[in-house]
Amino acid sequence: MTGTAIISALAVWGTGWFINARLAASPAAKTRAVQLLVPAIFGLTLLIMWELLVRLLEISPIILPAPTAIASRFARELPTLWVDFEQTIIKGAMTGYVIGAFAAFVVAIIADRSDFLTRGILPVGGFMAALPIVGTAPIFVKWLGSDWESKAAVVAVMVFFPILVNTVAGLRDTTAMQRDLMRTYGAGYWPTLFKLRLPAAMPFIFNGLKIATTLALIGAIVAEFFGSPTVGMGFRISTSVGQLALDMVWAEIVVAALAGSAFYGLMAWIEGRVTFWHPSQRK
Amino acid sequence: MKSVLPVLTVVGAILVSWIVAVVPMNMHLTADLAQRQDITVSPDTPAARQEMSGIGLALRNTHLFGMTYTLERPRLPSPHQVGAEMWKTIVLQNVTSRRSLVYHGWVTLSATLLGFAIGTSLGILLAVGIVYNRAMDMSVMPWAIASQTIPILALAPMIIVMLGSIGIQGLLPKAIISAYLSFFPVVVGMVKGLRSPDGMQLDLLRTYHASAAQGFWKLRLPASVPYLFASLKIGISASLVGAIVAELPTGARAGFGARMLVGDQYGQPMVTWAALFAAAITAAALVGLFSLLERLTLRRMGMQAA
Repeated sequence: MTGTAIISALAVWGTGWFINARLAASPAAKTRAVQLLVPAIFGLTLLIMWELLVRLLEISPIILPAPTAIASRFARELPTLWVDFEQTIIKGAMTGYVIGAFAAFVVAIIADRSDFLTRGILPVGGFMAALPIVGTAPIFVKWLGSDWESKAAVVAVMVFFPILVNTVAGLRDTTAMQRDLMRTYGAGYWPTLFKLRLPAAMPFIFNGLKIATTLALIGAIVAEFFGSPTVGMGFRISTSVGQLALDMVWAEIVVAALAGSAFYGLMAWIEGRVTFWHPSQRK
Repeated sequence: MKSVLPVLTVVGAILVSWIVAVVPMNMHLTADLAQRQDITVSPDTPAARQEMSGIGLALRNTHLFGMTYTLERPRLPSPHQVGAEMWKTIVLQNVTSRRSLVYHGWVTLSATLLGFAIGTSLGILLAVGIVYNRAMDMSVMPWAIASQTIPILALAPMIIVMLGSIGIQGLLPKAIISAYLSFFPVVVGMVKGLRSPDGMQLDLLRTYHASAAQGFWKLRLPASVPYLFASLKIGISASLVGAIVAELPTGARAGFGARMLVGDQYGQPMVTWAALFAAAITAAALVGLFSLLERLTLRRMGMQAA
């Protein structure tokens, strides 16, 4: 049985790889369709191998549930998953993300007025961004209670520093020549800020916003490990792990993955609209 | 060097706002405590105090300011209390004792370093494969980039349980999570680095009649070093966060994550705070170490660190 399982898995792998190698070497490799098709085939190969190995080796669902089992659990538990999504992503992560981003933005603009402050904030902010801020979760849960407010606070602190550092760096990005040009137009501080320096800072700001999307989800989920109402993705993950309902855990992970990619994609889409003039956006 | 004073100012401002915040944050607890010790408190009923904000209460009880800094279980400990707790658990304890943060730090750090080593080596290998194999590039790279947008840490508790049920426990499950987190930054950075030599440099090697292996060892690998270090700095702090989070939902008994959980569950805020700061210091030291290595390596290679 083990032999058949491994041979059939290898056969699937070999077939997928053969198709991909042919596609990659073919003259059509530069077309958009093939560039989407190749990773899709690769992902599908992995899923089929996973399914085959779990079934043929009779791996217990307590260790590793099959993709079909996860999919059916996902379909059955849609209402629960939606409630968890609402609690963790919409209430916790999104609120915190907006608060943190807004705070970082305001601080960056204030700090930008003084070169002294800017030089102080850049290294300190960069340093804080590297620290395990998610560890503040138990403290915020103690302060603000176990509902979504404490999750939003953790998220706000986590996203604050990357956005701050990027915004401050972006606001410094104009050249002396560009600023001089604004001066010859008779533009004061505010027109220069809004017409020149903020637009020029946008690629940096969006870089920070994109990094922060993943941090927001991590913060909201991990904070729930320290206490939550009986709803939420972090709550569901830790209780389902306790009940060995791993297909439910995987279903939550699928939700997290979809939400994370969608959130990132949304920011990247807005970035494309806002910074259409930037060289990196040229097709 | 000229940024030393600004940095100190910013750090000082953070410290001052922390110290100021201690008073209103702890005022409710202090007022209750003071009343039990027959010190006059205004207003004098707990219900009336509950109605007021921390700031309002603080303004009416200026004589209690001193007490807010010495509570045994403060909501917000003052910096000197955190410092004292850290001194007690790091310096005064035997490093093998379960009360020592050095012991717990080592538990987390060993998982971090093991995972980081595994993740980095696999990441570099995969990056080399991606650069030299077109099919691999087209299949794997989109997934590697997409995986950056997924909150991978959510996997942590499940991986621990999964490995636990097939009999792998202790250091390795945490290390696997750390490895996973440092793996993708290294792949993405290394691929970028190995591809950074431009057409002119590659053509020059061709005119020298260099073999593919020579092209790799003498041009691509050295060119990737700055990118590798940038990834390593991201990877090591991600690894540490991974190891800490891996200790959270699974009832680990040792490590920074376990200390944070213990402090949280048994109502000992100082334990949580000390673990948090110790973790921050560890992360800072690791990133600092890699910055130093980066500067030394790049200088020996004749490059400037970014």
